[in-house]
Amino acid sequence: MATVTSVPTAAGPGSEPTAAPRRRRSWRRLPVVHQLRQSVGLQRGMLVAGLVLVGVFLLTALFAPLLAPYEYAQLRDADGLFGAQQPPSGDHLLGTTVGGYDVLSRVIWGSRTALYVIVVGVLLSIVAGVLLGLVSGYFGGWLDRVLVVIADAVYAFPALLLAIIVAIVISGGQSSLWGGILAAAISIVVVFIPQYFRVVRAETVRIKAEAFVESARVIGASNRRIMLRHVLRNATRTLPLILTLNASEAILTLAGLGFLGFGIQPTAAAEWGYDLQQSLPDVTSGIWWTSLFPGLAIVLVVLGLTLVGESLNDLADPRLRTRRRVADQEPAEEGEVAAVPGGALTRGAAGVGGLGVTVAGERPGDPAPAGATGAEPADGQGAGPDVTGQDGGGTRS
Amino acid sequence: MSVVDIKDLQISFATDAGTVTAVHDVTLAVQAGEVLAIVGESGSGKTVTARSILGLLPETARVRGAVVLSSKDGTDEHDVVPLSGAKLREVRGQDAAMVFQEPSTSLNPVYPIGWQIAEGLRAHGKYTKKEARAKAIDVLRRVGIPDPEHRVDHYPHQFSGGQKQRIVIAQALALDPGVIIADEPTTALDVTVQAEILELLRRCRDDFGAAIVLITHNMGVVADLADRVAVMYQGRIVEQADVRTLFSAPKDPYTQQLLAAVPRLGQGVERTRERATRRAAGWERAAPVVEATDLRIVYPGRMRRPDFVAVDGVSFSIRPGEVLGLVGESGSGKTTIGRAIAGLTKVSDGSLAVLGTEMNGMKERTFRPVRERIGFVFQDPASSFNPLLTIADAVAEPLVVHKRAKDPRAARPRVDELLEAVQLPKAFGDRYPHELSGGQRQRASLARALALQPELLIADEPTSALDVSVQARVLELFAELQRELGFAALFISHDLAVVDLLADRIAVLYRGELVEEGTGAEVLGAPKHPYTQRLLASLPVPDPDEQARRRTHWDALRAAD
Repeated sequence: MATVTSVPTAAGPGSEPTAAPRRRRSWRRLPVVHQLRQSVGLQRGMLVAGLVLVGVFLLTALFAPLLAPYEYAQLRDADGLFGAQQPPSGDHLLGTTVGGYDVLSRVIWGSRTALYVIVVGVLLSIVAGVLLGLVSGYFGGWLDRVLVVIADAVYAFPALLLAIIVAIVISGGQSSLWGGILAAAISIVVVFIPQYFRVVRAETVRIKAEAFVESARVIGASNRRIMLRHVLRNATRTLPLILTLNASEAILTLAGLGFLGFGIQPTAAAEWGYDLQQSLPDVTSGIWWTSLFPGLAIVLVVLGLTLVGESLNDLADPRLRTRRRVADQEPAEEGEVAAVPGGALTRGAAGVGGLGVTVAGERPGDPAPAGATGAEPADGQGAGPDVTGQDGGGTRS
Repeated sequence: MSVVDIKDLQISFATDAGTVTAVHDVTLAVQAGEVLAIVGESGSGKTVTARSILGLLPETARVRGAVVLSSKDGTDEHDVVPLSGAKLREVRGQDAAMVFQEPSTSLNPVYPIGWQIAEGLRAHGKYTKKEARAKAIDVLRRVGIPDPEHRVDHYPHQFSGGQKQRIVIAQALALDPGVIIADEPTTALDVTVQAEILELLRRCRDDFGAAIVLITHNMGVVADLADRVAVMYQGRIVEQADVRTLFSAPKDPYTQQLLAAVPRLGQGVERTRERATRRAAGWERAAPVVEATDLRIVYPGRMRRPDFVAVDGVSFSIRPGEVLGLVGESGSGKTTIGRAIAGLTKVSDGSLAVLGTEMNGMKERTFRPVRERIGFVFQDPASSFNPLLTIADAVAEPLVVHKRAKDPRAARPRVDELLEAVQLPKAFGDRYPHELSGGQRQRASLARALALQPELLIADEPTSALDVSVQARVLELFAELQRELGFAALFISHDLAVVDLLADRIAVLYRGELVEEGTGAEVLGAPKHPYTQRLLASLPVPDPDEQARRRTHWDALRAAD
């Protein structure tokens, strides 16, 4: 076909053929980086604080063997035993525990255990939850109803109780490193699956009714193709938020298990909850260092993850997202290109052009639509002049 | 005396992409008792300008200039821009009121309508509960709600769309404001209801003495109601004139283009004749692409509600290379028929043969090969593309699914060809849907529908979400492609003028039944069914004098009912 030969040349005002469309693939579009650039004020502060805390946590876990002065189960060095409940000193920066371990080393090694639990627990629950939610939401019917009822039932079950049962089943309550991690992870998985399931299912049900899914059906695409290519990626937008919040919950579950005595043996791995429990009697006798530091580690990691999750949540919602106030100086003249999203009708010689170049599907005065897809670049932060000019390619995204 | 005086208004917004100035140096005055229409395309700043009169702008807005609002008797004057809090609330409703676009969302569903009208009255503190109720009943009667004493206690869902808009107008009129701002008051309504609401707005001016600021993109509505027109483009007023002058002698080139792009009834007759002459002999005897016989589509009722019959006993056929226009108001079943042909909705009874396949009792597996031969263009260009795929990937999708290409990359040459055919630059293939305007997206949608060279194209209101000028271009492109490729088409629309432009034959649907079918000249020239007559008469035309004549005809038709 293609006998209609008129190749359009007039692409309307403000279009630059040179603007590289691949630009969006740059590192600036990566999930967290994009939000970071987008944020301002207090929200940015929260996000940065969260990211720093999480970053320190990850680095500590990764480089634990280099950072920790001793092994997690080390009781003696060349000079003999460390001694129990030694106050902080040059040899033991944070003192030693009642069992004679070095507190600093236990705190550092503990971050590894926490990370394992997060990774195992959250990964398993995401995979299972997303798949179940997708199938359940897309096909509906009796399968959907049964799965929703099961999810509701699991919701009602206390996570910690489940974790205790699993811990006992796996290793009779006295667990090794992987026994303890799996106990925490499995209970987390069981409890978290319904969360991912519900979110993905709700999104799938919504997206199923969108015109582009219908369009795929009209084309004749198979259910599998529609689910994987059209629904899945659109349904998982909110997952990063739940992920960060669930990660903090995973740590608390592990710590809870350890605190109740169902955690990991000190000889198998370092674990903050266990150390906290061991240090309980110390508190009354004025030995503060054994409980303070593991507790602080738990609080800071959970705080960091929660801050990241909450700020991502706020930034994803255009109604909660704060923006830089309109600058006081006269806005640049080019700004008006951006003011006309439907700017299809060009004045003068170019004629009535459906080809007029347009800016994000965003009406002035209504910041909610298209913006929700996180489509706009954060490049234009610096008021007026940035909106167009060399940044134009990005602005149009 | 002017009730609203806007001077050097400039409004800018803080957005993710930086500062955007939506309105530049607008100076505008509304005289008492006149209807000022502000027209322009989406994004031209017309709504923002009008909303600034009530101080109804989002927090991200920054306003400069003056908006002076005078009370109806001329005793009081306020500049709305610096006002806030209690002072602003005092002005709202008292001096100026607002009528929104969508009547079904601008009423609170959990309160009776009488309460909602009284709420505005009581907020201004002059009425007891009893007086407010009496006043609400009175104003409901005056906007034409039958039996207001009884219906004042009804909830919004118990009214039809047109009645709801009347109630919203009653709410605006309750405090007898000097000016009413009507933001696209009839856009969400059917044509026949639109005519009634326009009539009511005219009475607001004549009986209540309220000035009206009418925001609309429909030039027919402007011709029907407005006394004076301001045309906005890119945040500026490009032309202001009295309605007759504007329609007969538009000065600004933009206004001229805008008026030229409006489809008018009767333009299609010539085209249809031309197409008919080019058809090969024996064309009428060819096997139809779509043949419906006593087609019935029922949506089953839930929870002991009766079933809803969307399409009832409809028979029609589309022959190869023919364009059938399907017209009807919302709820008439036109979209349902289109979806049934595409296999998206089940046929309940009767027969629907699509390209030789019977759709009644159809199995998806047997229909899949037929899908290759059908294209579909959806109504809403915003949602008909997967936001995460580039335009090229989306257009390549049918090619990949039907194994004409291994993957989107292999399909790229063909995709470029298709984009070119719908007059989009090749480079647009690398863009994402949200980077294109509505018109561009609808072209891409057309390219996707035509990718497999279908024998049948179903277009479900493809231009109803577009601005007038963009619509004109898309329709032209559609006609051009249809001529080149010769596919048969079902063109669904609520707009008679649009259907007239494209279709060989027009079918009119009313409440699930086909009431009239024939060529454009037959249906539009000499409508037989009373509904078609009413539909035609209530369609406003973009010419004030002609529209005044049509209005008297419409009044006569209505009186005869």
